[in-house]
Amino acid sequence: INHIVHNGGLYKRPFNEAFEETPMLVAVLTYVGYGVLTLFGYLRDFMRQWKIEKCQNATEREEQKDFVPLYQDFENFYNRNLYMRIRDSWNRPICSVPGAKVDMMERVSHDYNWTFTYTGRVIKDIINMGSYNYLGFAQKTGACQEAAAKVLSQYGAGVCSTRQEMGNLDKHEELEKLVARFLGVESAMAYGMGFATNSMNIPALVGKGCLILSDELNHASLVLGARLSGATIRIFKHNNMQSLEKLLKDAIVHGQPRTRRPWKKILILVEGIYSMEGSIVRLPEVIALKKKYKSYLYLDEAHSIGALGPSGRGVVEYFGLSPEDVDVMMGTFTKSFGAAGGYIGGKKELIDYLRTYSHSAAYATSMSPPVVEQIITSVKCIMGEDGTTVGEARVQQLAENTRYFRRRLKEMGFIIYGNEDSPVVPLMLYMPAKIGAFGREMLKRNIGVVVVGFPATPIIESRARFCLSAAHTKEMLDTALKEINEVGDLLQLKYSRRRLVPLLDRPFDETTYEETED
Amino acid sequence: AAGVGQQWVLVEMVQAFYEAPAYHLILEGILILWIIRLLFSKTYKLQERSDLTLKEKEELIEEWQPEPLVPPVPKDHPALNYNIVSGPPTHKITVNGKECINFASFNFLGLLNNEKVKSAAQASLKKYGVGTCGPRGFYGTFDVHLELEERLAKFMRTEEAIIYSYGFATIASAIPAYSKRGDIVFVDEAACFAIQKGLQASRSNIKLFKHNDMADLERLLKEQETEDQKNPRKARVTRRFIVVEGLYMNTGDICPLPELIKLKYKYKVRIFLEESLSFGVLGEHGRGITEHFGINIDDIDLISANMENSLASIGGFCCGRSFIIDHQRLSGQGYCFSASLPPLLAAAAIEALNIMEDNPDIFQTLRAKCERIHKALQGISGLKVVGESFSPALHLQLEESCGSRENDVKLLKRVVDYCMNSGIALTQARYLEKEEKCLPPPSIRVVITVEQTEQELDKAASLLKEAAQSVLN
Repeated sequence: INHIVHNGGLYKRPFNEAFEETPMLVAVLTYVGYGVLTLFGYLRDFMRQWKIEKCQNATEREEQKDFVPLYQDFENFYNRNLYMRIRDSWNRPICSVPGAKVDMMERVSHDYNWTFTYTGRVIKDIINMGSYNYLGFAQKTGACQEAAAKVLSQYGAGVCSTRQEMGNLDKHEELEKLVARFLGVESAMAYGMGFATNSMNIPALVGKGCLILSDELNHASLVLGARLSGATIRIFKHNNMQSLEKLLKDAIVHGQPRTRRPWKKILILVEGIYSMEGSIVRLPEVIALKKKYKSYLYLDEAHSIGALGPSGRGVVEYFGLSPEDVDVMMGTFTKSFGAAGGYIGGKKELIDYLRTYSHSAAYATSMSPPVVEQIITSVKCIMGEDGTTVGEARVQQLAENTRYFRRRLKEMGFIIYGNEDSPVVPLMLYMPAKIGAFGREMLKRNIGVVVVGFPATPIIESRARFCLSAAHTKEMLDTALKEINEVGDLLQLKYSRRRLVPLLDRPFDETTYEETED
Repeated sequence: AAGVGQQWVLVEMVQAFYEAPAYHLILEGILILWIIRLLFSKTYKLQERSDLTLKEKEELIEEWQPEPLVPPVPKDHPALNYNIVSGPPTHKITVNGKECINFASFNFLGLLNNEKVKSAAQASLKKYGVGTCGPRGFYGTFDVHLELEERLAKFMRTEEAIIYSYGFATIASAIPAYSKRGDIVFVDEAACFAIQKGLQASRSNIKLFKHNDMADLERLLKEQETEDQKNPRKARVTRRFIVVEGLYMNTGDICPLPELIKLKYKYKVRIFLEESLSFGVLGEHGRGITEHFGINIDDIDLISANMENSLASIGGFCCGRSFIIDHQRLSGQGYCFSASLPPLLAAAAIEALNIMEDNPDIFQTLRAKCERIHKALQGISGLKVVGESFSPALHLQLEESCGSRENDVKLLKRVVDYCMNSGIALTQARYLEKEEKCLPPPSIRVVITVEQTEQELDKAASLLKEAAQSVLN
């Protein structure tokens, strides 16, 4: 609440974000846990090398044994000895629509997760807290599915050509106009894969001689796009505006390293909602900084489009700002729209440039028509143009679910990261053994959760991540909360001591910033 | 006694002081003074920070003007105005309002409009909806994905296969998963853009060899061998790869795979084969260039292909031994960090694979049609055919360039427009001129599919002759 006063009225609503500090005892025990696992890992590797234990890894061909080894032994140490123990928490195969309840294929392992066999049984009606289904459009019945079915029978599944050659269908043009209208920008362009949208368009926008300022916790696609562009990359601390301002000042004042020439342009890469932390970008402050220092803003709304804002238009609407302030609005259709692909929206010059020079337009196949139709129907539903209020109701339902779920979890005593309004809810586990235990215990109780550990998170901050959906009813949430409570008591996960560190007091070290040149 | 002992030590110290040589004392004195200076001096600051005053900094910030985010694009840029296709891009295609025969979409086996494929996709749509709402690791693995991977591995007769949701991302994620900074990759000059991006992301040393020139490749390999002998320790950990395509997209010819295998075992280099165009085209059963040459598939370390050409779906796959493919499940960026392939597209691919297995004679039919049009297009004045006679994706390049690439492109556009107006849909091959390593000359792409009848092939050939006559002369 103090942020409103502090920033001169930039925020029109309270910005409540908190990251509780790791309790000291828990941190120590976590390191001890990893230490024990590493020791055992060395022991097992030793036994495998001396053939005391059978090596279950796949091996190189006999004819190629004298080639340079393809993998370094050490690279796979983590894989063999830590990941393999809890591997059954990931890649769980499902066999129904990924809605609020999902059917999972049962699989067992008789050799400690080295191989899996499917028993043939299907575990039915698992409450799905892991799929990115924010507005509940992952459905096998309904207007979206019917429209997609019609388009599929008319157009077929593939396209077999690129946008610049013969792959530009009338459906693509329709989609792009609709997306531009939805976002409130002049023009938009759609691509077949969200990851590729970032990695193929950032190199088209910036090149050598430009500067990219990227958040610490940006997604792999943004990092890859920034690296492929050839520009200089500097990283600012996660969501920390003083860090960003310092980098901007230093960059403009001192110019390029060594040659001192002024930078051609500066691009700031941020995400709407960060999926591992559950935090929301401080957009009003970023836009104020961007205007003051004349740089450009690239906003990746993969998780926030459809999920934030009173009518689902994303983080820009959530803060009550104008979409014209964001130079490049990027997002994906996978999460809130139940389809696949990504888009970029912005001014007409930007989109015309991308139509000509984007790697994806020239070399990659365009989007599949039934997928395009699914997006068109779901966007129209969210905007209310299909004549119903279903879209609006879903956005409201998601916001209610988010608030309810987070409040209840905090009351129970778990450490929850992130912003109060973000539908991504990370629950801290910390210890490596609890990662596997949490996933398995929740599955026993018929709830499917996602657990994440190193390397997607820092080594001691492993977490379970819940993704709320508008399709979750209050009963489902209550069931889930009851089970989480039980498992939390069983595994002693209620670490919270209610000592919240207000965000602006987080210590910021003035003398450090990282510079990575390719 | 302790006091006496201490005094005695003190006396010894003083004695040692008198007995030490002068230079020793001077050196130690200097050292002590230096330590005192270091202790009391300020921390070393980078010089840049202390030179400018606050006011000067503010002035610099005021004065700095960035370039515009994007430069303006001229309205008549050839790549800006897309062809608009109304309706499905099948054999008969409606481009910009005109109905034409499609010679531009890579629908080699005609499966885009196949009823069985569509109904399999419909069934999948009814069961799973459209999207998967998650990456493979987080509830995004469906039984259709597992089935498709198994089927592809069985079809290609390898141990394992892995699916990607985007064709371009397949090879662009596969290469950096194995080849890292310090490794060496020998790649053909005419490699497609996706391979170039994969190589750029891998940060390895890239060595280009002339297109299909095995002597040039051997020369590079020999040079590398002499380098290795200078530094054997480094050579023991540097991985080497050769990346080639089965059927090159940019030139329409095939790579000499048997010679490459010989070089592989002689110089101990691994081979990555990109088979986007040759999968479902070459070989008796459509298994690609390894079947075409009769090579044991285990000799190739990794085969990567996209499912967007012969299989008429979306996405791509890599296949090979489990030892190699399993690694991508944790280090392939396009696999781990991206949502999985929509199930309806996977089901369409499975059905397409079924059709390929049940009708092995379509490959022979396709090859016969390619031969036919290749012969018919010979002898057009002003245009030359680039590509093998059995390649379904040919290029027509200008025999003599008119000076600048821009003018060549304009001239070819007139040829294409002439053909489009008379009912044959063609397109120019599009490249990003500034980004390609070895930019191919401008050309018209001619794509042959099994659905084209012999009359249509002859009509296309004669129309191109006419167009070349009227535009180029």
